[in-house]
Amino acid sequence: MDGAPLLDVADLHVRFHTRTGIVEAVRGLSFALGREKLGVVGESGSGKSMTGRAILGLVPPPGEVTASRLAFKGRDLRTLAGPELRALRGRHISMVLQDPKFSLNPVMRVGDQIAEAYRQHHRVNRRDAHARSIAMLEKVRIRDARRVYDLYPHEVSGGMGQRIMIAMMLIPEPDVIIADEPTSALDVTVQMQVLAILDDLVTERGMGLIFISHDLALVGSFCDRVLVMYGGRVMETLAARDLAHATHPYTRGLLSCLPQLDKPTAVLPTLTRDPSWMGS
Amino acid sequence: MTFARTTKLFGREIAAVAVTFLGLLLVTFFIGRVVPIDPVLAAVGDRAPAEVYERVKVELGLHLPLYEQFWLYLKKIAQGDLGRSVLTSNTVLADIGRVFPATLELATLGTIIGVSIGVPAGVLAAIHRGTWIDQVVRVVGLFGFSVPVFWLGLMGLLVFYRILGVVGGPGRLGVAFEDIVDPITGVILLDAALRGEWEVFRNAFSHLILPACVLGYFSLAYVSRMTRSFMLEQLRQEYVTTARVKGLPERRVVWRHALGNAMVPLITVIALSYANLLEGSVLTETVFAWPGLGRYITNSLLNADMNAVLGGTLVVGAVFIGLNLLADILYRLVDPRAR
Repeated sequence: MDGAPLLDVADLHVRFHTRTGIVEAVRGLSFALGREKLGVVGESGSGKSMTGRAILGLVPPPGEVTASRLAFKGRDLRTLAGPELRALRGRHISMVLQDPKFSLNPVMRVGDQIAEAYRQHHRVNRRDAHARSIAMLEKVRIRDARRVYDLYPHEVSGGMGQRIMIAMMLIPEPDVIIADEPTSALDVTVQMQVLAILDDLVTERGMGLIFISHDLALVGSFCDRVLVMYGGRVMETLAARDLAHATHPYTRGLLSCLPQLDKPTAVLPTLTRDPSWMGS
Repeated sequence: MTFARTTKLFGREIAAVAVTFLGLLLVTFFIGRVVPIDPVLAAVGDRAPAEVYERVKVELGLHLPLYEQFWLYLKKIAQGDLGRSVLTSNTVLADIGRVFPATLELATLGTIIGVSIGVPAGVLAAIHRGTWIDQVVRVVGLFGFSVPVFWLGLMGLLVFYRILGVVGGPGRLGVAFEDIVDPITGVILLDAALRGEWEVFRNAFSHLILPACVLGYFSLAYVSRMTRSFMLEQLRQEYVTTARVKGLPERRVVWRHALGNAMVPLITVIALSYANLLEGSVLTETVFAWPGLGRYITNSLLNADMNAVLGGTLVVGAVFIGLNLLADILYRLVDPRAR
């Protein structure tokens, strides 16, 4: 990390007020993001996705977000509302959602969806936006981009859909991109391809990436730093290359649950969770 | 879209329509044979001598086996011969040509009113779920569902015609305006506009607007409820989050992205509600002395005028089939997955 962080988050809480009481999805999360690839790992329900949505102000009601610091390039995100927040979304911080089957509008041509994202933040005419979108489709390595522009989401494969999603989220040239399990819904064979494209674009443009995943091995090899979450808290933060030597018992527990090809076992170990992790 | 592709797309629909229409003809034919009304007696009267009775029976082809009768029936329909109405002594086709445009006019304006208010109301209720806006839309819709139409129609006449005098009274035209415009389509608004008779147009509109509002209100009640629930379902989808992540204004997220998807099922709902109104709403037509299809069929039925009833039934069925086809085509235009 060099210079001031792109994103600075301290003591982030996401609470849901329900009839049966308050559910805390994120409890006092703190981290800073520079122009790097930060992996966020944890089990289902550990608050990974909610963290991403809280940054973009997209926690659905009755959710409530509080933080002692939530800043993008020194700008306080907590006080942003309406037009300011929309000017930030997409243009400065963007998000790639999990499954292109659901995250693309089924009744709109994919190219128009990309152009729409560009036109929202850049004053250009229809023709320029069209040309830009085709160029962007080529950047995510889609062959025959002109033809693909006119397709509908149900006419493209999962891998192609996710590349379209990446194109749509990167075309306004944001500084930070949050990728919420971007490859979990894809076939293993295209996962690496999509990741490579994401990696190239993030590196080329010097963006900050928050890579949310439950795949420890993937995060270990793909990211620079890893943030391990459990129960809405950070268990530990460590450099990705040190993941194999993690010291925290939770991370060690997760690692030991991974099946290994060279040492087959009939029964994988079960994670034992220590209630004291949730304390303090 | 090339011609070959269009035929491929709609060829099956056209075949389906043909089969359904044949089924409809079969049903009307058998209803005509099953009802305890003797068509020969209806034609000759009950004092005719036996030989006249027999001759008419042969003329009508009623001595033939059923399948030959059905063939005869089909041939007649193909020639546009629906028989003669005993009640009006016109051909049924001419009668329907007179009453259907009246219903068409009323139902179309009613549906336009219902959809243009009902859809936005439903969308507003969905995005303001649980607030007073939602409650107002709900109550207005529920009222429209539960209030009897004859009461609403009479109250409307009392307030807007009798007391305020802002609309025309019952009927399609004021007495002074009748028979000025020669019918072209039978839809008075259209005919008056085509012939440039704007006085007649204004008078016809003032007569049409109140019953159309009453019908439109029922359509609105239904359409707004359905729109609300379709929108709630769409607003939960992931692509809505995507649209918000892109930084789109909420207006565009709701009205373009979510409503664009909600339109898919809405088309069917709107088509069905339009078809319901086109069937002719007997009560509304009665209250407003509107010479429409619903009243025509009901009157014919009460007078055992079988040719008219069957002809009317055929028209209603054909309207249903036609609107279903139209809904199918629109559905494909809106939803690329259905193409």
